Amino acid sequence: MIELNDVRKVFPARRGAAEVTAVDGVTLSVADGEFAGVVGPSGSGKSTLARMVNLLERPTSGSVVVDGQVLTDLDDDGVRRARRTVGMVFQHFNLLDSRTAAGNVEHPLELAGVGKAERRRRVAELLDLVGLGDRHASRPAQLSGGQKQRVAVARALAARPKVLLCDEATSALDPASTAGVLDLLRQVRAELGLTVLLITHEMAVVRAVCDSAVLLDSGRVVDGGPLTEVLSRPHSPLAAQLLPAPVVAGATGDLVRVTVTEAAPEGRVLRTLAGELGLDVEVVGGSVETVAGRRFGRLLLQVTGDDGRLDAALQRLRDGGSLVERAVPGDEPEPIDEHDEPETGEPDRPAVRSLLDAPEVQR
Amino acid sequence: MNDWDRIAPQLAEATWDTLYMVGVSTVLTVLIGVPLGVLLTVTAPGALSPQPLVHRVLGLVVNLGRSLPFIILLVLVAPVTREIVGTTIGSTATIVPLTIGAVPFLARLVETSLREVSPGKVEATLAMGGRRRDVVRTVLLPEALPSLVAGVTVTVVALISYSAMAGAIGGGGLGDFAIRYGYQQFRTDITVATVVLLLVVVQLLQWTGDRWSRRLAHA
Repeated sequence: MIELNDVRKVFPARRGAAEVTAVDGVTLSVADGEFAGVVGPSGSGKSTLARMVNLLERPTSGSVVVDGQVLTDLDDDGVRRARRTVGMVFQHFNLLDSRTAAGNVEHPLELAGVGKAERRRRVAELLDLVGLGDRHASRPAQLSGGQKQRVAVARALAARPKVLLCDEATSALDPASTAGVLDLLRQVRAELGLTVLLITHEMAVVRAVCDSAVLLDSGRVVDGGPLTEVLSRPHSPLAAQLLPAPVVAGATGDLVRVTVTEAAPEGRVLRTLAGELGLDVEVVGGSVETVAGRRFGRLLLQVTGDDGRLDAALQRLRDGGSLVERAVPGDEPEPIDEHDEPETGEPDRPAVRSLLDAPEVQR
Repeated sequence: MNDWDRIAPQLAEATWDTLYMVGVSTVLTVLIGVPLGVLLTVTAPGALSPQPLVHRVLGLVVNLGRSLPFIILLVLVAPVTREIVGTTIGSTATIVPLTIGAVPFLARLVETSLREVSPGKVEATLAMGGRRRDVVRTVLLPEALPSLVAGVTVTVVALISYSAMAGAIGGGGLGDFAIRYGYQQFRTDITVATVVLLLVVVQLLQWTGDRWSRRLAHA
């Protein structure tokens, strides 16, 4: 449904700022009906990548194909029409304050030239779908963040798109609203058969809703694939972000990282190390989560009392199908969402104030 | 000093002249100033439809209009006024310099207002498949409306002040009245009466404009 072929985006040098390559040769394919995630630290180019899918940002080179249509070959008029097949939801909602909830949902229908009666019917249907059937007349200022984002989702779905782009759609929301909006996204994906591309720096969001994900760093895809495959891969940088188990400061003894899957559970590892070898084993880091309905985890074990048999035991475990390896400090990058962009919505600026304090009248 | 029953009707007429001048030039100023402000905004670098040359030329024209003291502008546009109205004396003739003086003023205010509209809203509309003119019509203008109303209010008040100045060179209205009676005939009471009238008109306008603007701002 979405194909990005070796897309690059270079922002030319401006006064005081050098040329920036935001996206550097990304090839990405999202299947029909897939819920795909793009994660990366701030400045990794993930937003630029999202904006290239509907050509809000035209790639410097490479091609963008959505629903079989090569968008990068279209003229402005063609691009405008094609954009109706791609709904978009933003971090800061971008609703119009001058319109009610219903008016906002109606906006894309007006632009598409849909008749008034049909617009009304569709707006009612959409607001019901997002659970705001009783808030038709509410202004954005009267809605909570979660409700605003629901209106934005309804608006994005108005023109019956096939693709939904979510650019940090939950990043300005509190945890409860985030869960609500994610449920909604999952629900509309299932009901409407949408393909969703979700940009986020929140790993919990990816774990909760995505079928697949790619990790972007400095404009390049570093890692990616179906989550179930990524999380079964011991050295995956993306898995290290999704289920971080970095070596903690001050850890002593031998450190062992265990990748937990349903096919390779941690019990056998613990039995071997603690039971057979009689070593002291503590879990000092990591996490276990249910992803795509299956149990996945990454654990950091601190093992003390090794008398030289540990390496052989680890090899035996690996031969037996367990995903274990020695861990050393710095072998895993810092998790992205712990220290990056806790961007909580820009305050809604009332545009009037600045002008009520009128500038000097010229005499 | 007991000639107020003679003066009152003239004062009323002068007030009406002022309202007429200011009213008509406000309508004209809005009709020309708002599109000019839109053009200034959308042609700016990085804006909806960047056209550096157009932007720079428009900016220059607007700055020229804004930096000229109104009293100089009055004299400067006299030939234009004569061309359009046939005379340079009286309230109808004054509408021309008033409009020319206020258009750049309003255009700048409109530009400031439109710039305040968050780029995200513009982007959302483009993402829906909106055209640039759709963005201006359905996003920039409606979203900036409270601020635009505030800007027009400021412009009307400025127009009243300009119109009083136009009185100095025979433009009619309250300014003319104050100069002819109050200043030239040393009738301080008439000057004071005119000032009070102007103050009332300005207060009423500002109050109405503020209220209207607040009503429109659904924040």
